[in-house]
Amino acid sequence: MNNLVEIRNLRVAFDGVPVLHGIDLDVAPGEALGLVGESGCGKSVTWLAALGLLPGKASVSGSVYLQGQDLTGAPRQALERVRGKRVAMIFQDPSSALNPVIRVGRQIIEALRLHRGLAGTAAKTEALRLMDLVGIPDARNRFNLYTHEFSGGQAQRLMIAMALAGEPDLLIADEPTTALDATIQAQILDLLITLRHEMSMATVFISHDLAAVAQVCERVCVMYAGKIVEEGPVAQLFDTPRHPYTQGLFDAIPSLSGPRRRLVPIPGTVPDPRHLPTGCAFEPRCARARTFCTQHRPELLPQPEGRQLACAYPVPVAQDAVQPEEEYQ
Amino acid sequence: MIRFVTSRLFRAGLTVLSVMTFAFVVLRMSGDPAQVLLGPDVPQNVVQDFRDRWGLDDPIWRQYLSYLQAMMQGDFGLSMRDRSPAIDLVMQRIPATLQLTIPALILQLAFGIPAGIYAALKQGTLADRSVIVAAIVGFTVPSFVMGLLLVLIFAVTLGALPSGGASSWQHAILPVLTMSIGGIGVLARFSRSAMIEVMGAPYIRTASAKGVSWSDVVRNHALPNAAVPIVTIVGFMVGSLIAGAIIVETIFSWPGMGRLLIVSVTNRDLAVVQCILLLVAAVMVVSNLTVDLLYGWLDPRLRQTTSAH
Repeated sequence: MNNLVEIRNLRVAFDGVPVLHGIDLDVAPGEALGLVGESGCGKSVTWLAALGLLPGKASVSGSVYLQGQDLTGAPRQALERVRGKRVAMIFQDPSSALNPVIRVGRQIIEALRLHRGLAGTAAKTEALRLMDLVGIPDARNRFNLYTHEFSGGQAQRLMIAMALAGEPDLLIADEPTTALDATIQAQILDLLITLRHEMSMATVFISHDLAAVAQVCERVCVMYAGKIVEEGPVAQLFDTPRHPYTQGLFDAIPSLSGPRRRLVPIPGTVPDPRHLPTGCAFEPRCARARTFCTQHRPELLPQPEGRQLACAYPVPVAQDAVQPEEEYQ
Repeated sequence: MIRFVTSRLFRAGLTVLSVMTFAFVVLRMSGDPAQVLLGPDVPQNVVQDFRDRWGLDDPIWRQYLSYLQAMMQGDFGLSMRDRSPAIDLVMQRIPATLQLTIPALILQLAFGIPAGIYAALKQGTLADRSVIVAAIVGFTVPSFVMGLLLVLIFAVTLGALPSGGASSWQHAILPVLTMSIGGIGVLARFSRSAMIEVMGAPYIRTASAKGVSWSDVVRNHALPNAAVPIVTIVGFMVGSLIAGAIIVETIFSWPGMGRLLIVSVTNRDLAVVQCILLLVAAVMVVSNLTVDLLYGWLDPRLRQTTSAH
């Protein structure tokens, strides 16, 4: 299969402190991939690093291939042609992610000029079409307004319109609904799902909201402390989570259907990247951990049922064909 | 918008009035012009004549009211030294002061802002640190020390420039330098921190993520946002330039308004001092008003809130 993006052994360190410990990740053309994990686990950093958007103090190694073109270490001009054109990105808190002193219409036109060479009336017409497409009511009259004159949900729609301007192959949505009201969240999610189908672009949906991920994505990667700990189809991970961390994430969600039950929080907090445990990073918080886990960092390995898993003592499922423990010895 | 401007104008008028009142009271309570101007050896009847002529024995509130009344009619009073209109004396000196302050302001803007922005974009490098150190030296050394230092180097040691006077354009170089160095430092530091803050903002990341080239990100996305804090500080600096002129004109014997002020204060030449203070207050008020109006132009968010009030 020809992947759109192939990330290989991507590592990031800030001021010498590693925060991303070798990420391997593929995105197929048109697919919707979810990236789940607590704040600070490296979900956003992965993609900011891939596009060269991290500040200068970050050191990035490994490789990110976009249809064969390696982006890590690529010259600035090459990256500028990829950003917005091949891979677009939208962010959390849309109201501060749009420039406050530039009219929103001009911000969309800027992307159209850069990536599609449009100018003048053609650019304005296309910008208005995009604003209509993402559901900005009365786009013509609001074209010349500023960011602060839009609500958070509408600002995120504008961000999406701007991201669509370059007709990208991949849209990275970095917690696009976190700062929004629940009803607005649902609208934005619907919009992302519709647009992905209409424009057949791949989507990477970064979130800590599992329900949102389930709604948008086909495949999920669960990240913890700068590593992927479990990866697989949405249904599989949701029905039978095998990494104790994945299971912990589900146990912490209240369920609307079924009998009332006590929520089970994951004890402890995410480890400080400067003082990671020597063994599995999740071991201090893991109910299933054994002595083995304090000394060995589990690798992300393919499992017979199709998922990938990094755990020595995973949550058992009915037909547990392999003994993962043996692979580590 | 009209309401905004009128309320600001009203406040500006209040500011000027309080400066006038304050100057009036303080000047009259801090020394007797008759004693200072006439000297100790003058017969009592001459002193009394002088006091009568200038109304110095009237109660202070009556003096103040007649002063206000005269001001309303555009009469700024007469100099006690030679009875010429105070406003004429001041007006004669203004061109000389502008010859120093305008080039100094231009130098401050032309060097301070670019240096700060450059340092911000090179944050953490040797270039950045050199700019910071130079800026700190620039604005911590008081202008009278800086002035004397420049005289020592360029006039005394090198003999390249005159140390005082105003007979040629070369005479303006050292005073202009003295006046501008501090402001360049202040402006460089403020521009740097404003720019660093803006470059870390989410919308800058958005612009980069959208494929905008780095130079366009800086020019079109960062600079317009950094302009607001920079304009604020420039507004303050216009006021401090006038204050700086007083010291610098004295050091370099430059025949401007600042030196006239010093001479008039020592002589208790009330009308002249009041006239100059009024002018300084007016400059401050106008520059602040300009800054307020520029805010609305630079930042649409402020435009909305100001027009709503």
